[in-house]
Amino acid sequence: MAAPLSLLLVVAVTIRAALNRSSLAELIAERVEVVSPITAWKRVIEGLALLDLGVSPYSGDVFHETPLIIYLFHFLVDYAEITFMLADVITAVALYVAVKDFNKQVFRKQKFSLEAERYPADCLELIRSPAEMFYIPLKVAMFYLLNPFTILSCVAKSTCGLNNAVLSLFVLTTIKGNVLLSAIFLCLATYQSIYPLTLCAPAMLYLMQHQYVPVNPRRAAFWWFVVQYLFMYLGSLFVTVCLSFFLLGSWDFLPSVYGFILSVPDLTPNIGLFWYFFAEMFEHFRLFFLCVFQINVFFYTVPLCIKLKDQPVFLMFMQLAVISIFKSYPTVGDTALYLAFLPVWTHLHRFLRNIFLVSCVLLACSALFPVLWHLWIYAGSANSNFYYAITLLFNVAQILLVSDYFYAFLRREHHLTAGLYLKKKDGSEATLVLK
Amino acid sequence: PPIAYEFQEELVIRPLHSGDIYASFQFRTVWETDFTRGISHYRLFPKSLGQVISKFSVRELHISFTQGYWRTMQWGQPYLPSPPGAELWVWFQDTVTDVDATWKELTNVLSGIFCASLNFIDSTNTVQPSASFKPLGIANGTDHRFLRYATLPREIVCTENLTPWKKLLPCGSKAGLAVLLKSEKLFHSSFHSQAVHIRPVCQDEPCKTASLELRQTLNVVFDLHASGQGKREWSLFKMFSRTLTEACPLASSSKIYIDVTDNPQDQFELSPATHLLSQAVVLGDRRTFSVYDLTQQVTFGTVRSLNVLIRWKSTEGDMLRPLLHAERYVAGYGLQTGEIHTLMYNNHPFRSFPVLLLDSVPWYLRLYVHTLTVTSKGKDNKPSYIHYQPSKDRMRPHLLEMLVQLPPHSVTEVTVQFERALLKWTEYTPDPNHGFYVGSSVVSALVPSTVAMNTNITKEQPLFSTFFPTKEESSYFIRVYTEPLLVNLPTPDFSMPYNVICLTCTVVAVGYGSLYNLLTRSFQVEEPNPGLAKRIANVIRKMRGVPPL
Repeated sequence: MAAPLSLLLVVAVTIRAALNRSSLAELIAERVEVVSPITAWKRVIEGLALLDLGVSPYSGDVFHETPLIIYLFHFLVDYAEITFMLADVITAVALYVAVKDFNKQVFRKQKFSLEAERYPADCLELIRSPAEMFYIPLKVAMFYLLNPFTILSCVAKSTCGLNNAVLSLFVLTTIKGNVLLSAIFLCLATYQSIYPLTLCAPAMLYLMQHQYVPVNPRRAAFWWFVVQYLFMYLGSLFVTVCLSFFLLGSWDFLPSVYGFILSVPDLTPNIGLFWYFFAEMFEHFRLFFLCVFQINVFFYTVPLCIKLKDQPVFLMFMQLAVISIFKSYPTVGDTALYLAFLPVWTHLHRFLRNIFLVSCVLLACSALFPVLWHLWIYAGSANSNFYYAITLLFNVAQILLVSDYFYAFLRREHHLTAGLYLKKKDGSEATLVLK
Repeated sequence: PPIAYEFQEELVIRPLHSGDIYASFQFRTVWETDFTRGISHYRLFPKSLGQVISKFSVRELHISFTQGYWRTMQWGQPYLPSPPGAELWVWFQDTVTDVDATWKELTNVLSGIFCASLNFIDSTNTVQPSASFKPLGIANGTDHRFLRYATLPREIVCTENLTPWKKLLPCGSKAGLAVLLKSEKLFHSSFHSQAVHIRPVCQDEPCKTASLELRQTLNVVFDLHASGQGKREWSLFKMFSRTLTEACPLASSSKIYIDVTDNPQDQFELSPATHLLSQAVVLGDRRTFSVYDLTQQVTFGTVRSLNVLIRWKSTEGDMLRPLLHAERYVAGYGLQTGEIHTLMYNNHPFRSFPVLLLDSVPWYLRLYVHTLTVTSKGKDNKPSYIHYQPSKDRMRPHLLEMLVQLPPHSVTEVTVQFERALLKWTEYTPDPNHGFYVGSSVVSALVPSTVAMNTNITKEQPLFSTFFPTKEESSYFIRVYTEPLLVNLPTPDFSMPYNVICLTCTVVAVGYGSLYNLLTRSFQVEEPNPGLAKRIANVIRKMRGVPPL
């Protein structure tokens, strides 16, 4: 499998290099769908220029990335394109290895259940075979590298690519079972944008199952593991924050980075729901709705954990999707990360209900974003409502996609316990509903 | 010995090359006083301004209201430059503990005194320049923490501002040169600027005590076609619809200067003729003036009124090309990004000189200082001093100050890119599609002079040549203001707040609803629901006690 993967990497790097050389690179770097006030490369350069002028990059309101990024690019600014292509390659390879490992575990678990005869007789069609699972890791890497969203994000040099790399390394180390590295990578991801904090729970659930610690709040071993993981996670977060303090010598970066993500002062249009909502908000209710929207990202964690405690990898996928849709400054790079996981759940295709509609809407919206932006900003013949409408549609499509996969996953789990062909009391074919 | 009170008034009339005429009034009150000991007795100095100075511990105050833009290339350099709109800059005493709070109170009080909307000056348009605005009077130290500068480019000047300004004069508008200040003529002009400048000065060389100087200046340019009916003949009556009958009794000197330097071949003639001539070095050039002394009764002649008439016989002659000139414009298209271009022209044939450029850009135009380029004659020209203070959203504007060396006979172009922000819907003005104003850039320079400047402060000089202090003989100080910019920002739809809240909350609810359903419900086999008729029939059957269908 190394050969097709390397071929894929070569093709991906070629496409990115070709686009970087062309005149499209500057156009793409300015698009609001691809870069946000946090992730834009122009702002990283501005931060470095302010540092050269002797002014703190956080004294103004133009630079909102973390001090470690300044430190990194202080040395790498001349090799920026290579850095971002390398980040994409690392993400793809990490996802490849992680999914390969995960598939092995799924297949092993399935084999044990088959031998223990836990499945009803008629759902043998739902059992997965190694032949079908063989190409999934390659498809995951391909979905990530050849996704137009990822390519645009890499050519625009959006720091979202670095965040994706750290998140995929976190997924890899979690699936491999390495507790310390998982905590460290999660800490780096949280340090850059606060939202990966919610991935703590699926990581803990997965690692507990990996180490055969019973997932039972009444057992002491459960809490002991939680304390260990949280200690490693919060400890590395503390160390990283203090390191940032020593890099620039002040705590200015805390309100500029984290205060900015949480309080959303900048209303630059993007593909998310926050900008127009807060542009049209009555001042009196601003704080209330800000809290509501931010809590909305975090509060799906506990219910999802309770429902999906036996499938922590699907839980991680759901959490990544929720973060990408509801975060304060989303970009297409965030969408690309959770879309890369879709090949892992190809066996659910027979239970998906809206996939055709959703994919059509996603394609149409992606095409309409630049058109309506041009009409609003350059031609002046449309107004902001047009772009906002497409934003709404895009987010509805993403939500429907994620909930559709969730439905299909839960339905397959139900069939694996209750049987595939269900009959009503009188023997005729039954329909399955959620009640 | 220093005089306790002195009031001087003068009017300078300069015919401009394009046929327009430039009139500059200056009213100067000098008061020897020590503010630290408290004041109880005002004579010539206006009480409202005296109270402002003592209450807010003001060392220097400069405020100007201007309607129109000074066209340097057509009219030459003004005696007292001012940017369009309102401009206020103040040096506070170093005894002030909270400069920002004092500044806020001061702007509100001045807003009341001058009937102007200076209360719009707040932290989002106030800056602290580090080099461009040095004290114009005597100063012990220049700690820039005590300096504040703000402009309101959108401010409109009208009769309501002129009336309180005239009230500050010792003679009011009843005697002396101030009788000429009639608003229906003054505002029917190409350029109108009224200003108040307060600063501490020395009256003589030993300078044991500081005196407070109040200068009220009014500059106006009358257009040849709008006010002059196309005929190149100007008189006091044509310009101001009044003539002069007496000097202000409180004035120690009251003079009219007519600039006759551009009249070597007698292109124009003055009447009534005067034999008083005066020469002065102003703006680096030696100029000759015909003088009318209003304190002498003979000036008014037998009719007891003075109407100075200038009549042209031919229209030849060149204009002296101004040495420093600046322009500014916005480049780019669309509502996302743009570029500010500032052009500075050095018209001196062989000398180069440094200029200080001060740019204050509002926070909603996000400047990218890494895109700042300064080019002269096509080559890169690196500034030797850059002071940049980035903006903070909704709190303070950008401040960019640079020291640029302008090569001789060249154009220097400063470009910087910016991004336009989307504001909250309540932050737009009622006419959002008019655009947002960016205040004028200030270009301050010491320009080399062809004629030796006079550095002696005690010698009797006309007022118009003593405003900017000259420290050396070979150069003089000028300040050039560029045009203000008008920039459009993208606007949200103002009719939509309720709709937007509903629609966005609906999308969030779609997410919440789908996930809630999937999390709280489980799959069950559905038992078919009997139709409505059957259900009603079952209810009736139950009541009858018969088994259901």
